[in-house]
Amino acid sequence: MILSDLMEFETLRVIWWALMGVLLIAFALTDGFDMGVGTLLPFVAKTDVERRIVINTVGPVWEGNQVWFILGGGAIFAAWPPLYAASFSGFYLAMFALLAALILRPVAFKYRSKRESAAWRAGWDRALFVGSSVPALLFGVAVGNVLLGIPFYLTDDLMPMYDGNFAMKFLGLLRPFALLAGVVSLSMLVMHGAAWLSLKAEGPLAARARSIGTYAGMIAAGSYALAGLWLAIGIDGFAIQGEVVRDGPSNPLYSTVIHGGSWLSAYAARPWIAVAPLMGFVGIALAVLGLRAGREVSTLLWSKLAIIGIISSVGLTMFPFILPSTVRPDSSLTVWDASSSHLTLFVMLVAGAIFLPIIMAYTAWVYKVLWGKVTEDDVTEHSY
Amino acid sequence: MELDVVELSRLQFALTAMYHFLFVPLTLGLSILVAIMETVYVMTNRPIWRQMTKFWGLLFGINFALGVATGITMEFQFGMNWAYYSHYVGDIFGAPLALEGMMAFFLEATFVGLFFFGWDKLSKLAHLAVAWLVAIGSNFSALWILIANGWMQNPVGAEFNPETMRMEMTNFFDVIFNIVGQAKFVHTVSAGYVTASVFVLGVSAWYLLKGRHIELARRSIAVASAFGLASALSVVVLGDESGYSASHTQKMKLAAIEAMWDTHSAPAPFTAIGFPNREARETHYAVEIPWVMGLIGTRSLTEEIPGINELVEEAEVKIRSGLIAYDALMTIRTERDETPADIRAKFEEHSDNLGFALLLKRYVDDPRDATEQQIAQASDDTVPGVAPVFWAFRIMVGLGFTFIAVMLYFFYRASFRGMQFPRWALYGAVAIIPAPWIAAELGWFVSEYGRQPWTVDGVLPTALSASHLSVMDLLITLAGFAAFYSVLFIIEMALMLKYIRKGPFEDVEETDAWTIRHEHRLRTHDGKDPFASDTAEPGSAPSSNTRHPGATPAE
Repeated sequence: MILSDLMEFETLRVIWWALMGVLLIAFALTDGFDMGVGTLLPFVAKTDVERRIVINTVGPVWEGNQVWFILGGGAIFAAWPPLYAASFSGFYLAMFALLAALILRPVAFKYRSKRESAAWRAGWDRALFVGSSVPALLFGVAVGNVLLGIPFYLTDDLMPMYDGNFAMKFLGLLRPFALLAGVVSLSMLVMHGAAWLSLKAEGPLAARARSIGTYAGMIAAGSYALAGLWLAIGIDGFAIQGEVVRDGPSNPLYSTVIHGGSWLSAYAARPWIAVAPLMGFVGIALAVLGLRAGREVSTLLWSKLAIIGIISSVGLTMFPFILPSTVRPDSSLTVWDASSSHLTLFVMLVAGAIFLPIIMAYTAWVYKVLWGKVTEDDVTEHSY
Repeated sequence: MELDVVELSRLQFALTAMYHFLFVPLTLGLSILVAIMETVYVMTNRPIWRQMTKFWGLLFGINFALGVATGITMEFQFGMNWAYYSHYVGDIFGAPLALEGMMAFFLEATFVGLFFFGWDKLSKLAHLAVAWLVAIGSNFSALWILIANGWMQNPVGAEFNPETMRMEMTNFFDVIFNIVGQAKFVHTVSAGYVTASVFVLGVSAWYLLKGRHIELARRSIAVASAFGLASALSVVVLGDESGYSASHTQKMKLAAIEAMWDTHSAPAPFTAIGFPNREARETHYAVEIPWVMGLIGTRSLTEEIPGINELVEEAEVKIRSGLIAYDALMTIRTERDETPADIRAKFEEHSDNLGFALLLKRYVDDPRDATEQQIAQASDDTVPGVAPVFWAFRIMVGLGFTFIAVMLYFFYRASFRGMQFPRWALYGAVAIIPAPWIAAELGWFVSEYGRQPWTVDGVLPTALSASHLSVMDLLITLAGFAAFYSVLFIIEMALMLKYIRKGPFEDVEETDAWTIRHEHRLRTHDGKDPFASDTAEPGSAPSSNTRHPGATPAE
């Protein structure tokens, strides 16, 4: 197909790197508030009716939101096969925990109100809490580990291999910096969930959510700042050595990488990327103020800004690295050597250019239909 | 079977995939049946059709939740357990999965919420559109997944790139219009429609046996038997299409299904029943039907279908050719741009058989060091387990024809015998509810077990595809999946049975009011409403609806 030559390989790689970020951000913006709401559930709702209101604020939309994650996985598989292969198998047991949580959540949403029994419902409430808070935490832990580097290497056949035994693979992920990153993501999504509840619920329930959301926002800002400081003084970055070939074959072993220096040197090379962390801090500050003042729509928007800033700051700091290796830095995956072929990237870009706008349009329509507060009357008449 | 990482990964994939496929067929078919029922409701405005839509929609929802949840496992598992596979063919295989997310999964998942929550928020027509979008989304999902799977069976539109050590896409349209994928798609969704039809038929038959919800049950049978008959025919026709395409693309699988050890002079007979014996390389007590296999496989009387022994010999030739490609590849990998042209040419000539050389990696690290005995062993490995495939296929086909008979019978009684069903037939309809699931699982077994020893036919052996994991990793997740999935299954079945027992919510007042308003046009030529319960007297339809004992009070 000659059409694919319309765009250069290098350009396609950068676009797909950005699209991977867009998908992750879309996931955090949409499914993020469901996870925040699920984490808040035991703390903001005191009665069964209140719990049902909380659940019904996300009841009709969580399923579509979760597809952003599934699409993110599919897009990584299609556009960055080496990343998909190395990270999913390397985080094996963590991925299993994530899967279990993600399976529990849909089932809990659907089955909770299918029986009257209080024990049945309390059980599913716990499942919702675990199914929401564990992924919210694990996503941050995963990102923290990527920043630290992963103990993987590639054989000459490009088979991803790991150092360490199985216990290390899960417990080994729980490094202090990674846990701090987990705190950032959990608190950020709890703040986001609180902003959502403040918009969709009323009365004391919304007030409780706003109060917790304020604290979550402050924790998010503090832990995010601390993580930045830690990156500045305690963590080595990665850099490609020698000439950077941007349109070469996707074979990570062709380049030489050094482990050392600082990730934050990216800010010296590309000062404009400081916009991202700035958006993060400003978004959190305004969201916290909005929660305190009881503003609804604008608070949710500020919270979204914070999420966009925080997630993109990670990608922009690491660029062009997407999965650095600590044991053999040369095996590190970068934007320039871990993508799909020129043709596949092009075909998928065409598909994305057609379907992503359609998806956004009908998702917006669904949110419009469901616009408005969820009240006690709603939940006594409908399921969930 | 030794407990190594590859075997355990296969076991886990098989278990989670087959579990996932307990929910998929019902989702595929029931989404369409529900949308059909809602269409009738919107066209006639008759409340009972809305009640049917809501009732079958509720059962659809319970099933859908687990279908979605277990589907996530499938997508993750390629990367988790099959890292080398993901690297080696992700450039092609990942694309349909991502397209499935964009075109299909978003559609069904976004609108399924509105289907359940939107009855009061949307106009009738808008809600109907939502129901159809859910159905279309579910079926599109199947399309992309089967295109991906079809590529594993018949890897077209791709070639090996020595620099990136993987298969890369050369033609996207070859990948999506792969005949194997297309035939499998129609075969699979039709099987899903049959599953849902048998399910609706069986549950409705149970209501008739209990004398409950008679109007709703009869209408449901009318819809299910018509839809089910068309689908059951389609399953068999497209199954035949799959067989025909396999005779060109997967000769070994076809030979194993037929337990055909030696090439038979054309046209080959079809072995209806027999006992394949791998050691002796013959099928004991075979009952053969002359000509049939040749006709199905080649649609001709003159074309030969190769037998297993001949295919093993061919495999050995391909292994030797693959070794030449492998040797050239090693040079290309070290020399890169300085590779002599004759070595490049040698690689191009033999690269189609590279996968066959990789079969030797099970026995030696460097295939070039393989002994003659190992080459013979690897050739023999290309034969899948013959007896399991042979039997699974025959049971599946037997069930497929049974469904045609059942649907034909119920369609006939529903259309021409005034909705009168003998009790034995109703009991039969309840009894066969599990059968379509059995047929579907066996179909997948034939397709995937029959593809062994390959993950991608002729390209990548299963033994090479797995991740670098420990046996302990696998045991932990296997135990986790087994426990977790069993609990979910019990909960799912309990909820299904609870809501089936409870029955549909029939708003009797609303139905009666409607019937009174429209009485004048409901009388058919014989003055009877074909769907009404037998106790009803002509002309007194309104009150009769309230009589049947099982009508559920308001929830």
